[in-house]
Amino acid sequence: MPACNPDLCLTLPDPLPLDSGATLAPVTIAYQQYGELSPERDNVVLIFHALTGDQYVASPHPATGKPGWWDRMVGPRKPIDTNRFCVISTNVIGGCMGSTGPASEGPDGKPYGQRFPVVTIHDMVRAIAGLLDVLEIDKVHAAVGGSMGGMQAMAFASDFPGRAERVLVLASAARQSAQNIAFHEVGRQAIMADANWNGGAYYDGAHPDAGLAVARMAAHITYLSEAGLTEKFGRRLQQRPDGSDGAKSFGFEADFQVESYLRYQGSGFTRRFDANSYLYITRAIDYFDLAETHGGRLADAFAHTSSRFCIVSFDTDWLYTTEESRHIVRALNAAGAPVSFVELSSPYGHDGFLLDTPGLDEVVQGFVS
Amino acid sequence: MSTLPDLRPDLAAIAGTIPDGSRVLDIGCGEGTLLAALAEHKGIDARGLEIDPERVATCVSRGLSVVQGDAEADLVHYPDDAFDYAILGQTIQMVDRPAEVIDALLRVGRSAFVSFPNFAHWRMRVALGLGGRMPVTPALPESWHATGNIRNLTVVDFKELVSDRGARIERSWYFAKGREIGEFGANLRAEFALFLIGRG
Repeated sequence: MPACNPDLCLTLPDPLPLDSGATLAPVTIAYQQYGELSPERDNVVLIFHALTGDQYVASPHPATGKPGWWDRMVGPRKPIDTNRFCVISTNVIGGCMGSTGPASEGPDGKPYGQRFPVVTIHDMVRAIAGLLDVLEIDKVHAAVGGSMGGMQAMAFASDFPGRAERVLVLASAARQSAQNIAFHEVGRQAIMADANWNGGAYYDGAHPDAGLAVARMAAHITYLSEAGLTEKFGRRLQQRPDGSDGAKSFGFEADFQVESYLRYQGSGFTRRFDANSYLYITRAIDYFDLAETHGGRLADAFAHTSSRFCIVSFDTDWLYTTEESRHIVRALNAAGAPVSFVELSSPYGHDGFLLDTPGLDEVVQGFVS
Repeated sequence: MSTLPDLRPDLAAIAGTIPDGSRVLDIGCGEGTLLAALAEHKGIDARGLEIDPERVATCVSRGLSVVQGDAEADLVHYPDDAFDYAILGQTIQMVDRPAEVIDALLRVGRSAFVSFPNFAHWRMRVALGLGGRMPVTPALPESWHATGNIRNLTVVDFKELVSDRGARIERSWYFAKGREIGEFGANLRAEFALFLIGRG
């Protein structure tokens, strides 16, 4: 687990009550800040990350050295302009980039592993609200998130009415679908089937990397579109180790370029992510159903909100479909909340919110500003 | 509030009629010209519905609350009485089921503005009656095979439809050559008509 820079890491003063009934303490939140906080403390743009994201939105990732995951969107003179806004991004609880999670030390000084309590999306935003309290930020100018980040943004608006002036939800849903739960379960089973799994108590030895890599490979497919995969790889074959070009191995090497790509994605992921965190965070997403505590009526979840909303979907996203976004929009309309909605056209599938999708920058900039 | 900017005359009539502080839904709001004018000059936080995603993106980037959707598929999801005014600008002639759309407008809005090109304008009558061809005029600039106007109607037809649906006409405006004209002979003289209708 990476060391936590004390400048950008904060321990909440109080124990955190969880939806499960358990309590988590102490709770450390690792976060990043880009841009200056105004004297009135009213220019904060809060960014929530997706399943495998982290707080490194616009600065290099400490483990991989790669640019931040939303570097193209956040920075000086970028759509979310850090010359004007103070962007705060946190690592979720249950994560593995400095916030308290299953790899953190439990009460006995050993990593929690599976002793870590199951957390929910609502628990995650409760922790973030606790961070904002400590930072003395009553209200954020905008709460922004894609995918699981969008779930957090909606939960933040619903659970803390009045604390977000604007809520921007990209490629997300108000509830996790059966199909998406099923994909998550495949990933979790791959991790738990790994010989190194050891019931989650693997921190002293080899980690269940093979299982985690398979989980990532399966999930990665769901982030892309068939058209995108076909265009990028088609049925093209890899160059063989002996230099022969595009020949089949008549075995089970990564013959196809798409296989090689997925294996690379899988193994790269294990260098920056903890298998237990993958289990906990996917479980938090699976449990998410914003209407559940409002008698099944999503509009009631937004009944007390004072935020303006913008919901964006992507036409090739089959993980969090346009229909899921429309479901949110209808509920917001029923609740009388000011809402915008647009389905953008993109070849990138679910990843459309992270990439250069035409129109996305203008929508984000226009809504946030 | 400051004076209204140079709006198309039907939009200017709408903006001039809606009282400050009203709740407004503009269906087919395009790039949000009317919404922006209502927000800027009347302090009205109006909402829009627009089918074209690029126009929606333009609206959102202007800070307007606009949902991608259309009158027939999406109005059904808005609650009763959600708005004081629903606006359907030059769209009624493009929908599959105009009668149901009128009902929906007066369900989500207490009143509704509806404007359309008048197919009984004398130019249309000349083109069809004497020329024997589907009219192509400044008001209806596309030929029959390219136009989205699948349900052309006249001032008289619209009045009849409103009456059939149990609604009533509160006000009407008629336009020719970009200017408002009087009601006299409107079904012959008006290129465009605008009605404010209410529940019967």
